[in-house]
Amino acid sequence: MNYKKVIWKRKPLIKNRLLRIGLILLISAYLLSVFLTTEIDWQRILEGIPRGKNFIFAFFPPDFITRSDEILAGIFESLWMTIVATIVGILISIPVSLGAAKNIAPKFVYFLSRGVITLSRSFQEVILAIFFVKLMGFGPFAGMVTLSLSTIGFFAKLLSEDIEDINKSQAEAIKSTGSSWFQWVNYGVQPQVMPRFIGLSLYRLDINFRESAVIGIVGGGGIGSTLNTAFDRYEFETAAAVLIVIISIVMIVEYTSSHLRKLIK
Amino acid sequence: MPIIKQKDYKTWKKFDRKRDLQNWLCWFLGTLIFSFCFGLISSKTIWFYVFDSHNEALDLLGRMFPPETNYFFMLIKPIWDTLNIATIGTTIGTLIAIPLAFLSANNTTPSKKFLRPLALFCIVSSRSINSVIWALLLVAVVGPGVLAGIIAIGLRSIGFCGKLLYEAIEEIDENQIEAIEATGANKAQIMTFGIVPQILPAFTSISIYRWDINIREATVVGLVGAGGIGIELDAQIGDLAWAKVSVILLAIVVAVVFSEWITAKIRKAII
Repeated sequence: MNYKKVIWKRKPLIKNRLLRIGLILLISAYLLSVFLTTEIDWQRILEGIPRGKNFIFAFFPPDFITRSDEILAGIFESLWMTIVATIVGILISIPVSLGAAKNIAPKFVYFLSRGVITLSRSFQEVILAIFFVKLMGFGPFAGMVTLSLSTIGFFAKLLSEDIEDINKSQAEAIKSTGSSWFQWVNYGVQPQVMPRFIGLSLYRLDINFRESAVIGIVGGGGIGSTLNTAFDRYEFETAAAVLIVIISIVMIVEYTSSHLRKLIK
Repeated sequence: MPIIKQKDYKTWKKFDRKRDLQNWLCWFLGTLIFSFCFGLISSKTIWFYVFDSHNEALDLLGRMFPPETNYFFMLIKPIWDTLNIATIGTTIGTLIAIPLAFLSANNTTPSKKFLRPLALFCIVSSRSINSVIWALLLVAVVGPGVLAGIIAIGLRSIGFCGKLLYEAIEEIDENQIEAIEATGANKAQIMTFGIVPQILPAFTSISIYRWDINIREATVVGLVGAGGIGIELDAQIGDLAWAKVSVILLAIVVAVVFSEWITAKIRKAII
């Protein structure tokens, strides 16, 4: 019996053969150049393995008790910072997001607001925190200002996208009643973006708490300061306790905020 | 939306009295919490410094301008390192995230009681520790340098990609899997021909999105010694060389805008 065996093969991901081979070559060239230009000190890594082991073992058992006052104070400071920063950030973001919506703002305001958003998004919280700590002194106030400013980039960007997607006829209906601009925003735009607004606020609250843990490392107050102090004192058991506390609070905040967001939807 | 009768005319209000009271109560409580928290912060603030900050800012700006443009050429290597940290870190992170996502998705997990909670725990703990803290830990283990940054970014990306990916896996169309099953495919074949094609678009967009985020994160892991442009930034701030710091900040903005532009391009090309 003679028959031709027919085999089915999955189609390749990229149809153009030249493009496919080109991409593979490009990626391997990139990886090679990364490998050649990165200095990795294998000696140091080999040395680091036992050191790392000691380091990790130094975290056990986590010590919640010795510095419990400082840990508690740090957490509460982080919480206040988070709440105030989220509220202030959102209050500032509202005008910015109105300005950054193409269908509402004139060209000039649009580009200005987009510029503010891009600027606020380009710098990580930590970099901003370094500058604000330098300008305003150590402590939670600098951290709060940092978090509020970085809230703007996140919040205004996502909210303005939602404002651009609103149902035009509803907004027009309000306008046709002879409303002023503020009435138009209040009755025509705001009700349409409200679900997203609440969802984003809860989400940002969650992010701000997480970031407050890092800002403390550069002097912005909160639980991060406690963590940094623990590291500086080589009290790794306390540091482990702080990390565990951060993880569990983040988990709680995340579950509640995602649950609330689902409820609102 | 009630219509309220005044003495001789009717008027429209958005909410009735009960809803109005509720709204007022929410605002009242919100303001109360806000002022309470702000009071606690303000008690820990030295207001003299805050009120003086505009002078400080002007002083700083004066030192930052004009930027030392020549210094930019010294930054090419750190920027290259930063890009590498982000790219390789994202690759490692997504590669580890794939099996974790399959373990933690409800419909693909081999054991709901044991492996799923374990995988979920890995995802959550990777997500809740910021990459700077990861870097802080890793610098102590593998020593300062690019490698610590790559691992830190990778570890942080696992949680993010894993979470979004397992949500995508849970939303797949079961009919397609049944169709593959009906041909007599084994478990691995079901995976490659039934599940993977369905989550591939989600996977690409997640990894591109994470790469964009990682470019930003890679600029700061250097602050604790984990390579990239952050090391340079930390050194120049330490030297109080503000004219160089402004060049670094410009370079960061350019890198971030560039990455945003590239991701937008790739997203358009794929979708």
